[in-house]
Amino acid sequence: MQVVRDAMIELTVNGRVQRVDVDPQMPLLWVLRDVLNLTGTKYGCGGGVSLCGACTIHLSGRVRKSGTTPISASADKEVTTIEGLSPDGEHPLQRAWQEFNVPQCGYCQSGQIMAAAALLARNPNPTDDEIDEAMAGNICRCGTYTRIRAAIPRAAKEA
Amino acid sequence: MIRVENVSRRSFLKVMGMGTGALVLGCRIDAEGAVGTARAMAGPAFEPNAFIAVSPDGTVTIVAHRSEMGQGSRTGLPMVVADEMEADWDRVVIVQADGDGRYGSQNTDGSRSMRQFYQPMREVGATARHMLVAAAATSWGVDASECEARLHEVIHKPTERSLGFGELAADAATLPVPSPESVELKSRDQFRYIGSETSVVDLPDFVTGRGIYGADVRLPDMVFAAIAHCPSVNGRAIGYDADAALAVPGVQQVVDVPGDGGVGGGFQTLGGVAVVADTTWAAFQGRERLAIQWEPGPHAAYDSATYRQRLEAAAEAPAHVVRESGDVDSALRSADRVVRASYYVPHLAQAPMEPPCATARFEGGRCEVWAPTQNPMGARDEVARALGIGPDDVTVHVTLLGGGFGRKSKPDYVVEAALVARHVGVPVQLVWAREDDIRFGYFHAVSAQQLEGGLDREGNCVAWLHRSVFPTIIATFNASARRASPNELGLGLIDVPFAVPNLRVENGDAEAHVRIGWMRSVSNIHHGFAVGSFVDELAAAAGRDAKTYLLDMIGPGRTIDLAADGVEYTNYGEPIDQYPLDTARLRNVIEVAAEAADWGSPRPDGRALGIAAHRTFLTYVAVVADVSVDDEGLPTVHGVYSALDCGVVVNRDRVRAQIEGAVIYGMSLALHGRITAREGAIEQSNFHDYPVVRMPEAPRTMEVRLIDSDALPTGVGEPGVPAVAPAITNAIYAASGKRIRELPILDLGGARRG
Repeated sequence: MQVVRDAMIELTVNGRVQRVDVDPQMPLLWVLRDVLNLTGTKYGCGGGVSLCGACTIHLSGRVRKSGTTPISASADKEVTTIEGLSPDGEHPLQRAWQEFNVPQCGYCQSGQIMAAAALLARNPNPTDDEIDEAMAGNICRCGTYTRIRAAIPRAAKEA
Repeated sequence: MIRVENVSRRSFLKVMGMGTGALVLGCRIDAEGAVGTARAMAGPAFEPNAFIAVSPDGTVTIVAHRSEMGQGSRTGLPMVVADEMEADWDRVVIVQADGDGRYGSQNTDGSRSMRQFYQPMREVGATARHMLVAAAATSWGVDASECEARLHEVIHKPTERSLGFGELAADAATLPVPSPESVELKSRDQFRYIGSETSVVDLPDFVTGRGIYGADVRLPDMVFAAIAHCPSVNGRAIGYDADAALAVPGVQQVVDVPGDGGVGGGFQTLGGVAVVADTTWAAFQGRERLAIQWEPGPHAAYDSATYRQRLEAAAEAPAHVVRESGDVDSALRSADRVVRASYYVPHLAQAPMEPPCATARFEGGRCEVWAPTQNPMGARDEVARALGIGPDDVTVHVTLLGGGFGRKSKPDYVVEAALVARHVGVPVQLVWAREDDIRFGYFHAVSAQQLEGGLDREGNCVAWLHRSVFPTIIATFNASARRASPNELGLGLIDVPFAVPNLRVENGDAEAHVRIGWMRSVSNIHHGFAVGSFVDELAAAAGRDAKTYLLDMIGPGRTIDLAADGVEYTNYGEPIDQYPLDTARLRNVIEVAAEAADWGSPRPDGRALGIAAHRTFLTYVAVVADVSVDDEGLPTVHGVYSALDCGVVVNRDRVRAQIEGAVIYGMSLALHGRITAREGAIEQSNFHDYPVVRMPEAPRTMEVRLIDSDALPTGVGEPGVPAVAPAITNAIYAASGKRIRELPILDLGGARRG
């Protein structure tokens, strides 16, 4: 059984204009993953709360949890996901993450890198305390925190 | 036992994506020695378990047959092959194996990948090197002894002529495989990659979002599904409102999923009701509307508070003796002092970042699945059983795993995807929400333990009585099981390495009311906590330094033969003569960790060090925690210093990473971890009520020291966990005088009591 849906929602994802025909309440996460097939942004906790940060993206330049952002709130805005953070995977954070061999399973790292990128964009020289605060919403079950804490200042130096 | 075969003309070429003219080697080993309590899953003996191929363009393809979940074996095992082969790592391509009996055991748990496959991988790599050298020698008409493989080419030493591996592949493929005795392995000083710091092959994908995990699989016409399970295990749905679910935009079908999983049900699905939709979110939304009536089944009365009372009562009563030497009762009676303590550790959930998920396609009587599974052969067998088809009609493709920690050894969620896919007739991706992962897991066993120690006049321990009671993993396969298996008993309970003359270990009966499963380091978690804590309590009672007392308890360096005491000790499935319980190695990691932490140097008020050490999965680990306790009794872990002896280290960076990660994992369970049941249902559901360590709690100092060793390599995925919790609670005691005998710590600290 199908019901008539609201009109198309238009948004820009990684520089490309996309029009999607979905329930306006659907979280941006699932639009990215299941409609636009941009699977770099991950599901980790869901529900109505942001608990793990695996779904972290940028919405009009600000850090957001896509799993709790309804697509309607993304209308006419610019979304940046891990796939669009840099054209060649050479963002200073992506380089620093590789230099420090940060990831283990890798699953949460898209969200970690997007959260760190937003931090550096507003604070180019964060202290350890500021890093802890900015990254507190992103869980890594493999426990890569100490390497993340080392990699962010390295990226800050290179940026 | 290993036998390398030349399979260049066989169908494996297809698996490797290779054309003709390639050298392809497989090897066969006995798939014996599997640890664990699952149904027998090892394939028949002498099945091939690894393959390498050299193509004419020089590309060396190595099959990774073990699952990658962050531990790095997808990189580490091919490093071993490439090293022995003298391949240039930059020209190596890794291919992930499907689940296939030809590889032998692919069950990626028990910290076994490097332990069981280091030697076979060396031999298959060295065999390839010998054949490439032989091919070059033949083409030059010289003796092979004048030739040497060096970084992807073979060199004729007298004339310095060379031929690349690619140029030699076609000729090498026609050669007979040399006998194992004639294959010379490298000496340690010849290693090129073993012992190096090597980035994992997936690293560029990990930082760009290109890695393919379970839910990243996309197939034509694929739909998404979510499944509702009965809140208590072994229950079933007796009614629901399908129309309400179907009214959700995007929902396509509601599917009954039969299942005989649960306590006693092994790896089969718990059963339930699935909602199929055009997006994962719509499936989740539809599931919310089902309003299912459940027949709650035989475990609906499970209540953690009353169960705890039963466990603790059992821990105070005599139980099955599983190790005994000397006369503990009289030694306790005649002791100058007796110290008694009880410890409690609740259920825990593995909670990998990627919740269980799987994609399945059923077509023409065959099922193909894509899954983040630690256990592809188990997934194949369980899917076949649930669908009533033969195992050969099931293909399991292994994706990257977003963490595993033992949860993804159990393929119940793969079975669910297969059942729904057969019903709907198009490919289905079934995704568990985080709430499903927390509520419907295979939980780490809740445990109550009682310890009694007798001290002589000088404070030396002369009697040790340890009674451990916990529901067994065996109950997951046999609901009536009450006693721990020898494997579980061997995880830190009967194998305590202490030089105490009178020692008795007992195990009490406990029934299971949820599915019990292994979680990173398994029973070592609760045994390591109790043993590591109690030694510290004895040290305090004796008024001695904790580290010195621990070393005194262990006694002089020696190998401990539990069989001589008549103990049934499984030693993680490995022969005790090859992997002895060596107290010298345990003593050494204690000394090294203590040195790293500057043990004995003065600390500010309210801040102190705690130490614990544990042999886990044949690897020796000591942990020192640097902890302060504030005025409200809340701890801060400032630094953690670990020392690790896992024998030969293959990838130094990944070994350190595993220990760093194990420290965080151990901190999470120590500070926050608690799963409880009420009326049969798990009370926690997500990271707000099952919290884990986040960045601000992560220690600012994290040091891992690796012991240089020629011993046989042992695993590193699990061993870093057990000593973490007691090191922290011992530090809390040293800093504040508060002794913590129950986890999680913060629950007792008042922060989350309730």
